[in-house]
Amino acid sequence: MHTIEFSINGEALTLLVEDNQTALRVIREQAGFTGTKPGCEAGECGACTILVNGKPVNACLMLAPELDGKEITTVEGLADGENLSVLQQKFIDHAALQCGYCTPGFLMSATALLNENPHPTRQEIVEAISGNLCRCTGYKRIIEAIEDAANSGTKKIPAKKTKAKGGARK
Amino acid sequence: MTQDGKYTEIGNSLPRVDGKAKVTGAAKYAGDYYFPRELWAQVVRSPYPHAKIKKIDTSAAEKLKGVRNVITGDYYKKRGGLYLADKNFLAYQTVKYRGEAVVAVCAETREIAEEACRLVKIDYEELPAVFSPMEAMKKGAPLIHPDLHTYRVAPIFHPVPHTNISHHHVLRKGDVKKGFRESYRIFEHSYHIPHVQHVPIETHVTTALYDTAGSLTVWSCCQSPYAVRAALADSFDIPLNKLRVISEFVGAGFGSKAGTTIEGIVIPLAQLNPGRHIRLDYSREDEFENAYVRQGMYARIKTGVDKKGKILAVENEFLWDGGAYTEYGVNIVKAAGFAGAGPYNIDNIATDSYCLYTNHPVGGPYRGFGMCEIHFAIEQNIDMIAKEMGISPVEMRKINGLRPGDTTNTGEVMKVSGYQDCLDTVIKALDYNRKSAQPKDKHKIRAKGIAAGWKSPSQPTDAASAAIIRMNEDGTFYLQTSAEEIGQGSNTVLTQIAAEVLNVNPDRITLTSGDTTANPYEWQTVASRTTYCAGNAVKLAAEDLKEHVLDLAQIKLGCAKRDIHLERDDDHHMTWVVATNHPENRVPISTFALGLTLPDGSGIGGPAIGTGRFVLPNNFAYNMEDSQSPKPVAFWTIGVTGAEVEVDTQTGHIKVLQMISCFDPGKTVNRALYDAQVEGGMIQAMGTAIFEELMLKDGRVLNKNFVDYKIPTADDIPERLESLIVEYPEETGPFGARGIGEPVMVPGAPAIANAVANALGHHFDHMPITPDDVLEVVRGKKSKSKAKR
Ligand code: FES
Ligand code: FES
Repeated sequence: MHTIEFSINGEALTLLVEDNQTALRVIREQAGFTGTKPGCEAGECGACTILVNGKPVNACLMLAPELDGKEITTVEGLADGENLSVLQQKFIDHAALQCGYCTPGFLMSATALLNENPHPTRQEIVEAISGNLCRCTGYKRIIEAIEDAANSGTKKIPAKKTKAKGGARK
Repeated sequence: MTQDGKYTEIGNSLPRVDGKAKVTGAAKYAGDYYFPRELWAQVVRSPYPHAKIKKIDTSAAEKLKGVRNVITGDYYKKRGGLYLADKNFLAYQTVKYRGEAVVAVCAETREIAEEACRLVKIDYEELPAVFSPMEAMKKGAPLIHPDLHTYRVAPIFHPVPHTNISHHHVLRKGDVKKGFRESYRIFEHSYHIPHVQHVPIETHVTTALYDTAGSLTVWSCCQSPYAVRAALADSFDIPLNKLRVISEFVGAGFGSKAGTTIEGIVIPLAQLNPGRHIRLDYSREDEFENAYVRQGMYARIKTGVDKKGKILAVENEFLWDGGAYTEYGVNIVKAAGFAGAGPYNIDNIATDSYCLYTNHPVGGPYRGFGMCEIHFAIEQNIDMIAKEMGISPVEMRKINGLRPGDTTNTGEVMKVSGYQDCLDTVIKALDYNRKSAQPKDKHKIRAKGIAAGWKSPSQPTDAASAAIIRMNEDGTFYLQTSAEEIGQGSNTVLTQIAAEVLNVNPDRITLTSGDTTANPYEWQTVASRTTYCAGNAVKLAAEDLKEHVLDLAQIKLGCAKRDIHLERDDDHHMTWVVATNHPENRVPISTFALGLTLPDGSGIGGPAIGTGRFVLPNNFAYNMEDSQSPKPVAFWTIGVTGAEVEVDTQTGHIKVLQMISCFDPGKTVNRALYDAQVEGGMIQAMGTAIFEELMLKDGRVLNKNFVDYKIPTADDIPERLESLIVEYPEETGPFGARGIGEPVMVPGAPAIANAVANALGHHFDHMPITPDDVLEVVRGKKSKSKAKR
C-alpha cells in the first residue's frame, strides 16, 4: 500500500492505493471520476485517456503510485462549471458522438493536442487520435469537430489551480 | 407543427439531448456504478471446445480467505433462451465451446475472485467437436445438443430432432424449376463470411443486488431492459414486480447487448448474498470470446437470367455457423431466409437457410441481423452476372431492383420502394460511370463499386411499445419510454417527436428510459425499430396529452377545440394554448398541468398525462411452408452504397478512397444524427470488408485483442464519406419515418468488394479481403477459395 497525494481536476487528493493498482481503477473507483472509461485495460483503445501534467496518458497503463505529485485532468475537469470547453461544444455541434463511451478519451487526446499545437493540420489531428478507438461514428465528425475547435481558437486549458487539500477518500 | 403546416422539429438537426452528459463524463454506463463493499464475480472457463464435465472440485477455492461462494451448473440447471431454450448460464454436464463459463466465484475483491478461479479443479472428458456448419450437417456428426427435440421453442422455428440443425428456414415463391427452364443462362456462385465481433468499446458489465426485502435489481449494459427482465424472471422464477433492470446509457450495442448476456451469472450469486452488490466485468478478451459473435456463414446462390439480364429464378442456400447455443441465432437465420434473394423483383425463389450448432463461440445479433452477410454474396453475385452477361452492374440493378408495385421475396407488394432513386443518386454522386482517374504510381489501381441492400425489422408480428408523457406544473415535461439510448440517438429523436406534436421546445422535455420500474414497456431496442415503434408510441402519447389539454382549453377559452391550437414561443420559453380565430385569447399550456380550476373554485381534469400504446398495425404471420404473407414485416428499408478503392499491387494494401450512401428513411427525423449513423455504418462495414475476422482454430479464438483484431481507426477512413437521402414516407411510420440504424451498414462491404473486383478483375469469394488475397491475384496465382464446402 502506498499513500499518494495528487491533484485531480483542480482538487487535492490523498489516497491510500495498492502498489499494483492502475491509475484508471483508482481514478474511477476511489476518486469517483467515472468519466474515464475502461475499454481494454491494455493500452489499445484510448478510452481511458487522461492528462498527466497536461500530457495524454492511457490511465490503464499507469500505476496508481505514479499519480503521486501529478496534476491530473479527466473529462470531468474540461468544463468550467456549466460552461463547456470549445472542444466539448464542437463535439455536440458536429454530432461527433453517438454512444459516447469513447468520447472522454477523444476529448482528452484532442485537448492535449490543441494545447500543444493550436492549429494542427488534418493529418496531425488524425495522428493525435490514432490511439483512440470509436466503433460508432466513423471518425469523420470527430476530426471535423477538432478542426472546428482549432479554428475557433481554443484557449489553452490550464490545469485547474489546486484548491484546498482534500482528505483521503476511499 | 406551425399554423401553416411546417414542422418545427421533424427534419431538423437538433443537437443530441444526451450530448452534454456525454461530453462531461456525467453519463452513467452500467460499469460506472460502484457500491460500498460490493462483491466481485469471476468465471472459470472451459479449455475445451466440447467435453463432458466429469468432476468439479471447488474445495480449495472455497477455502481461500475472502471467497463467498463458488457455484457450478448444478446449482442452476434450468435452461433458458429468447427463442429456443438451449442455454444454461453455467455449463451443465457438457461444455460446448472453448471459453464457456463453467464455474462462477464471488469474493470480496476482484483479485481474490480471480485467484479462487485458478484453484478450481475440473476433470473433463473430451468429446469429438464440430467446427463448421458443413461438418455439423453431416450424417453421423457428433450431436452438440442431443436433447434438442425436448427444448422449448417459439413456434416459428423448426429444429430438426436428433441433428445439429436448430432451425431450417424455408422460403418458396413461384416455381424455380420453371424459372430455370426458361432461363437463358444459369450462374452458380459461392461465398464465405467469417465470424466477426461487434467490438463495442464498452465491454459487458453487470451488477446485481438482491435486497433483504426480496427484490432484485440489476444494473446492466443491455439494449432491451424489458426482454432481460422477462428472461431473468423466467430463468430464476422471480415475479416481474420484484425484478428491476436499470440500463441508462449503453456504450454501444450493435446487437451484442440484445437479449440476456452475463446477467444470469451474477443473479444466483446475488441471491446467495442478500444485501450485497455482486459485480461482473468482462475483460476485452472475454468480450471477444464470450460475448455474442456474428455468425459465420456459407452461401450458395444459383441464378437464372433471361437474355436481357432479368432474373427469372434464384435458388440459394445459407449455412450458418451458429455456435454452441443458438437461442437468438435462429432468428437471424430466419431473417436471412426472408430476405435471401435481396431487394429484387424475382418471381421464382427457393431459399433454404440453416442454423447449425457448432463448437464455436455463440452467435448472436449483429448490426444488420444477417443482412450484411447475405448481401456480401447477393451483391457480388449481381456484379458477377452482369459482367458475364456483358451488361453494366448498374443496368443489372435497374432491370431487377424493386420498384413500387413489385413483390418481395415473401410475396408482399411493395407500396413504396426507394431502390431506383437511391441507385441513381449514388451513381451520380460517385460518378460511377466514369472510370477512376489512375494515380501516377503505376502500382496503384483505382476502381469503383456499388451495392444495394435491404432490411426489415425481424420482430414478432405483435411486438409492442408504450410511452407516457407527463406535464409538470411549469409546462415542462417528462417523457418516459423504454427505448434504450445505445448511441443511435433515440433519446433525441423521440424528444423531437413529442416536441413536434405539442409545439414545445425540446429543451422543455426530459426523457427518461432504461429502468423497468419507472418506465413503460418496450419489446426490445433492436431491429432498427425504435424510431418507428417507440416513435409511434411517443407520438400517440403526446397526442393523447394534447387532447386532454384541448378538452380543458375549450372551457377556458370558450371556443371549440377545432379552433384551438398550440403555439411555441421560444422567446418566453413557453407554449401557448391559443384560440385560433382570436389569437389574443390565449393561456400558457401550464394552465392545464394539474387540470383546470373553474370560476367557482372547483377543479376538473386532473394532472395532464398522455399515454401511447403501439403495436404493429400491419403484420401478419407468414405461411410456415413457404414464408409467404401479404405483410410479414413492418417495413423494408432500402439503400445503395458506392465505394472507390485504391489497390496497391506491391503491398496488397486496399485503401478506401470514397464511400457514399443513399438510403430511404421515409422521413428523416434528425438529419445530422441520420448522417452520423450512415457514416458509422459505412466504416463498420469497411472494417469487415478489409480487416476483420475472428480467427478460429479448433474452436480457439486466436485474436482476442485490438492488436490482433483490427477495427478501423481515424487513419483508415476514406477522404470522402457522404450520406444522402431520398424520402418516400412509410405509411404507418411516425411522420413517415422508418428505421435505418442497421440497413446503413448492409451494402458497404459488398460495395468495396465490387470495387476491388473492378480493380483486379477478380471477385473474392470471402471477406475480409486481405493484402495476401490481393497479392495472390496480382501474382497470377489462383486465389484460394474460402467458400468451398
Ligand atoms: S482502457 Fe486504457 S487504452 Fe483501453
Ligand atoms: S461514440 Fe460509441 S464508441 Fe465512439
